[in-house]
Amino acid sequence: MNAMNHSEFRQDIAPGETLLAVDNVTLRFGGVKAITDVSFDIRKGEVRAIIGPNGAGKTSMLNVINGFYHPQEGRITYRGQTRTKMRPHVAASQGIARTFQNVALFKGMTTLDNIMVGRTLKMRTPFFWHIFRQGPAMREEIEHRKFVEEIIEFLEIEHIRKVPVGKLPYGLQKRVELGRALAMQPELLLLDEPMAGMNLEEKEDMCRFILDTKEQYGTTIALIEHDMGVVMDLSDRVVVLEYGQKIADGTPDEVKKNQKVIDAYLGVAH
Amino acid sequence: MFYREAGQYKKTYSADMAVFPILQDRIGIGLILLAAAVIVPIFGSNFFISTVMIPFLVFSLAAMGLNIVTGYTGLISLGTGAFMGVGAFACYKLTTYFPQVNIIIWILASGVFSAAIGALFGLPSLRIKGFYLAVATLAAQFFLEWCFVRVPWLFNYNASGAIEVPQRTLFGVAITGANATPTMRYLVLLGIVVLMTWIASNILHGRIGRTFMAVRDMDIAAELMGIRLLPAKLTAFAMSSFYCGVAGACMMFLWYGGGEASDAFNINQSFNILFMVIIGGLGSLIGCFFGAALLNIVPIILKFGLPAMGLPLAGATAEHINHLFVGSLIIFFLIVEPHGLARLWQITKQKLRTWPFPY
Ligand SMILES: Nc1ncnc2c1ncn2[C@@H]1O[C@H](COP(=O)(O)OP(=O)(O)OP(=O)(O)O)[C@@H](O)[C@H]1O
Ligand SMILES: [Mg+2]
Repeated sequence: MNAMNHSEFRQDIAPGETLLAVDNVTLRFGGVKAITDVSFDIRKGEVRAIIGPNGAGKTSMLNVINGFYHPQEGRITYRGQTRTKMRPHVAASQGIARTFQNVALFKGMTTLDNIMVGRTLKMRTPFFWHIFRQGPAMREEIEHRKFVEEIIEFLEIEHIRKVPVGKLPYGLQKRVELGRALAMQPELLLLDEPMAGMNLEEKEDMCRFILDTKEQYGTTIALIEHDMGVVMDLSDRVVVLEYGQKIADGTPDEVKKNQKVIDAYLGVAH
Repeated sequence: MFYREAGQYKKTYSADMAVFPILQDRIGIGLILLAAAVIVPIFGSNFFISTVMIPFLVFSLAAMGLNIVTGYTGLISLGTGAFMGVGAFACYKLTTYFPQVNIIIWILASGVFSAAIGALFGLPSLRIKGFYLAVATLAAQFFLEWCFVRVPWLFNYNASGAIEVPQRTLFGVAITGANATPTMRYLVLLGIVVLMTWIASNILHGRIGRTFMAVRDMDIAAELMGIRLLPAKLTAFAMSSFYCGVAGACMMFLWYGGGEASDAFNINQSFNILFMVIIGGLGSLIGCFFGAALLNIVPIILKFGLPAMGLPLAGATAEHINHLFVGSLIIFFLIVEPHGLARLWQITKQKLRTWPFPY
């Protein structure tokens, strides 16, 4: 599936085995510790929720995983390979895709073009052919357009295909952003509050899309979400952060009963 | 009523991905090309061709160059004039050393040199943005301008310190130099501009164009899609400078017919073209033509049109009025319509599409 030749990566990770392991990661911004000595793992094929009160370090954790932030201490092991510093575009080529807490779409471009950008890594016709937009360049464009149309259909956004995304309502923008990430055919999909600011109906749609993604494409998903109902419904396992530290880790039921978690959430009145 | 897409169903993705999916647009483009290639040369006076059409085409090409890096990729450049100059001098040196090779080839090849120089001066764009990048490109402008004047090798040690355009022919007909008619120069220029517009449109509609726009709209997310920012930005700078370089070569060889670099490729030229791009529309190819047309026509109307209508206007006054006009246009577009004339054009087309029943 991954077009890049990463022979050093394990290609044979079976569902249930560890896909990504975070070991003793500490991340500091100057004097502020955003993450303190956190360890957890994500298994192939699961939906792994990361929850915690505001400022707990959830977004920072995703930024560490896809290479935006470099932790001062600790290790990240992805598909059997422990990595040192890494740029986000390398994470992308290794199959890690991501959506943002505050939608980060390409505002001036249409829905279609936004999702097509997600295919960039799979497109490799040399510059020369693009001069004419013929031959290999056009064939490649059509082939990927077909793939993107499947995603558009999957997410039920056919009607906004040609609309610049800056003009779309927030809920639809979040959907397009998911589409753009899916276009990368990621091994690991990081979703940062995909349902924030949505109404009930939109939330239900989004839940359905996330579950379908897992089922249809076998994508492993790390999900940050504040809505506990959603977390309990969707996730296989939950890790709970508070003030940058891990306070609980387990199945939704285990986490729900954990006294520390109850205290943390009562403390910030959710 | 007549301009609409109803009934034109696209059966294939390639039809849907065409640059002009609507039939009327294709007819329109055909008519414009016909007018430009046949009607203008036959009916246009020498004055019209050399004062209106040739400058218009040269500026359109330069604006296209700047628009690629500034409008499409979001990297501001104030070095346009200098990059045009690199093209002009490259062409001059090439045709001096290899006079037997057709000048059209050298005009196009000169873009390679400006592309290389442009990419070099685009390097800082990885680290700096906005205002600071503008200043960095300004440094490029001043440095190159200095070279144009201080390195006599560039202008073949001419006593005048200027490019002296030699006569070159195509199939035995003079297309550059003193004996080339405005019509011949115009036709060559038109060919170059049409070809390069077609190529720009091809590139910008595909993966590479999307890469540029992704970098412009949200570079963090672009990187996350696997786009490497440095190559993307350098490609934009190189492609942009290629277009500027060819425009510069065209300016010297097909318009000015020689002249001093300090006049043609100075900072004012950079600003002039930036204004065309802003007024025409950032991130729009057709906008380049709108912007070039407007900023080119207004001074001509003030200078020649008004006196012809019996409204004599002193040269200096005309220039002042022109400055005022351009200034107010810039302010208007920056505040009211950042996407420029191209956007207004699009809105008009949208209205036409639904006219006469807007709902
Ligand atoms: N780039 C940065 N520079 C400085 N401090 C930062 C930076 N990014 C995050 N932080 C700090 O790290 C801590 C964790 O922030 P983070 O955004 O990861 O929290 P979060 O769990 O995602 O919260 P929320 O639920 O509000 O999204 C906060 O105290 C925040 O101020
Ligand atoms: Mg967050």
